[in-house]
Amino acid sequence: MTLSFFNPVTAVLVIPICSAALLAALPGYRVTARLNVVASLATFLSALSLFVIERPAPGPYVLIDDLNIVFIVLNTFVGFTTSIFSASYIAHELDSERLTPVYLRFYHAMYQTMMFGMNLAFVSNNIGLMWVAVELATLTTVLMVGIYRTHAALEAAWKYFILGSVGIALALFGTILVYMAARPVMGEGQDGMIWTLLVERAANFDAALLNVAFVFLFLGYGTKVGLAPLHAWLPDAHAEGPTPISAVLSGLLLNVALYALLRFKILLAANPASIAPGPLMVTMGLVSLIFAAFMLYRRRDIKRLFAYSSIEHMGIIVFAFGMGGPLANFAGLLHMVMHSLTKSAIFYAVGHISQIKGTQRISRIRGLTVTHPALGWGLVVGVVAIAGLPPLGIFMSEFLVVSSTFARQPLLAIVLVFGLLLAFGALTLRLTSVAFGEPRGSTAPTDASYIPMFAHLALVLGAGIYLPAPLVVWFQHVAQLLG
Amino acid sequence: MQMHSLAFDISHTLAGGLVLISLMMLYQDRLYSLLNVFALHALVLSLSVAWQAFIQDAPHLYVTAVIALVFKAIVIPVALHRIVKQLGIHRDIESAVGIGPTMLAGMGLVALSLVLMLRVTSDADPLAREDLAFALSVVLLGLLVMVTRRNAVSQVVGFMSLENGLVLAATGAKGMPLVVEISVAFSILIAFIVIGIFLFRIRERFDSVDVSALDDFRGERR
Repeated sequence: MTLSFFNPVTAVLVIPICSAALLAALPGYRVTARLNVVASLATFLSALSLFVIERPAPGPYVLIDDLNIVFIVLNTFVGFTTSIFSASYIAHELDSERLTPVYLRFYHAMYQTMMFGMNLAFVSNNIGLMWVAVELATLTTVLMVGIYRTHAALEAAWKYFILGSVGIALALFGTILVYMAARPVMGEGQDGMIWTLLVERAANFDAALLNVAFVFLFLGYGTKVGLAPLHAWLPDAHAEGPTPISAVLSGLLLNVALYALLRFKILLAANPASIAPGPLMVTMGLVSLIFAAFMLYRRRDIKRLFAYSSIEHMGIIVFAFGMGGPLANFAGLLHMVMHSLTKSAIFYAVGHISQIKGTQRISRIRGLTVTHPALGWGLVVGVVAIAGLPPLGIFMSEFLVVSSTFARQPLLAIVLVFGLLLAFGALTLRLTSVAFGEPRGSTAPTDASYIPMFAHLALVLGAGIYLPAPLVVWFQHVAQLLG
Repeated sequence: MQMHSLAFDISHTLAGGLVLISLMMLYQDRLYSLLNVFALHALVLSLSVAWQAFIQDAPHLYVTAVIALVFKAIVIPVALHRIVKQLGIHRDIESAVGIGPTMLAGMGLVALSLVLMLRVTSDADPLAREDLAFALSVVLLGLLVMVTRRNAVSQVVGFMSLENGLVLAATGAKGMPLVVEISVAFSILIAFIVIGIFLFRIRERFDSVDVSALDDFRGERR
């Protein structure tokens, strides 16, 4: 391995952790908010350079391949745009005294620690290290969800903590079982936890033990993906924390757990004697989709509404990966990227809206397009996108999921389409009341930053109209990798 | 050969002891006694880990054993004792489900994990497979404690006993790397939970694994 002056893999880990230490020490929100943005930008740029540099060979701890580059770049990009949104959001929170400067320092330090944890989970080649990284990312988000210290916020954080810890404990048990299954083949020691080595020789592993391991991993990481019926923490955590955290929870943290699942799915696929993980994933995906679609109708709180929509979309993504095959995997991957971008854009809009109106109750928010055209129309475009209407990107990925399913399992496709239509109905119902009609609530002007929201929406629109050929080739390659 | 079977018997006894103590937790209806039983649980775990370190000739496992002894058998129970006293909940009788059904469920779970793990791991070496079966029993019993208790403190005790089961599984898997790191990571997690309870005076588990509680709270119910 050649040592070069600049190593992007080290950079995506070192920049967040160093800036976390720095942000914990520095006072003053103007400086720290900007530093947070700069650090996130630097991380994003380092992640981008992963595309061009020569990749390091897979080591005992670090692995860079086509699959995780997609995740890392998406992660750092949304992390960067969220830091811009967070800067203007936090300024308002300080003015309204919901946060004190001390908590703000803590918030920024945790934000960067979370980015570190997520990036570490993506680059790690060691299934034990990956587990530790996911735990770290979870812990930091728990702390941020509870940061307002209200009764509801603490309750949400506690529930998230307990359910997340149980999930993480089950995932660890699964990880140990994978090691046990591999041990007769791999021998004792480090090799038995290195993913690239495991995949190479997975065909000889003890299939029965591997099956049990996957069930534990699926339940454990599935809790963190937010699959029904393990989703109970998700709506509360989204609704009670600061909105930038809702954006990264939906847009990024769910993806981290999904990524861990996908790695183990590849491992299982390499062993012909083990069960196919597909049917499990398809079932849980569909259950999440249908359940969340029904729950959307009963929501009164705007952030909880979109939290349930995240459960719905994670259901679709897990369903697509569960179906497998080049086309469905491609669709799942595309849908994951589109969902991350769209959902975080929606949360940017919702964050400013709930600050202006001073409430998250849907019934108290009306006529946004009249009073706040930029925010209102931004939300409209976001919801239209998330509901899956053309010409936006999610329409395309959902269309691909549905059409690839129709070709193979028409019955499943009917259930899928039913769930999609159900969710579509709920979202349009809520959207019309929030965006149009007689304005209600405060009409105070806002100094919101619109750039992150519109940048995301532009990307989603662009992807819906035209996907650049190199990207398509890349995704097709990854889809093949996923089997 | 004689030595091998003695090593086997001792680790077997210690792992079986953990399952037994997990079952004892199920019928403790006072918080103080629950904490004492948990301290015993952690003590047996640290003995078991130290024994594994000795027979596997893996000195790094002694670190895990010491963490289990100092942190989980002494520091955490003492801290929780003080918290229980300060919150004034030491008189509470607080299991949500009766003792009889809980014990039956516990026995069912132990049987389930034995049947599952012994059948699945027929090729593995006997020590590892029985360790794994015991570990899964401890994990499931820990989950049961978490589900049947109403109080935040006893929920945490359930979680910690669950985690002891994981440490048992990890040390039983011969030569597994990162065991020490993972046990440190878990200790940090638990420290956070305990600090959380203390700072925020969480008495009840906010009736919890059900979303409806918060739905009501936020007026989401029609």
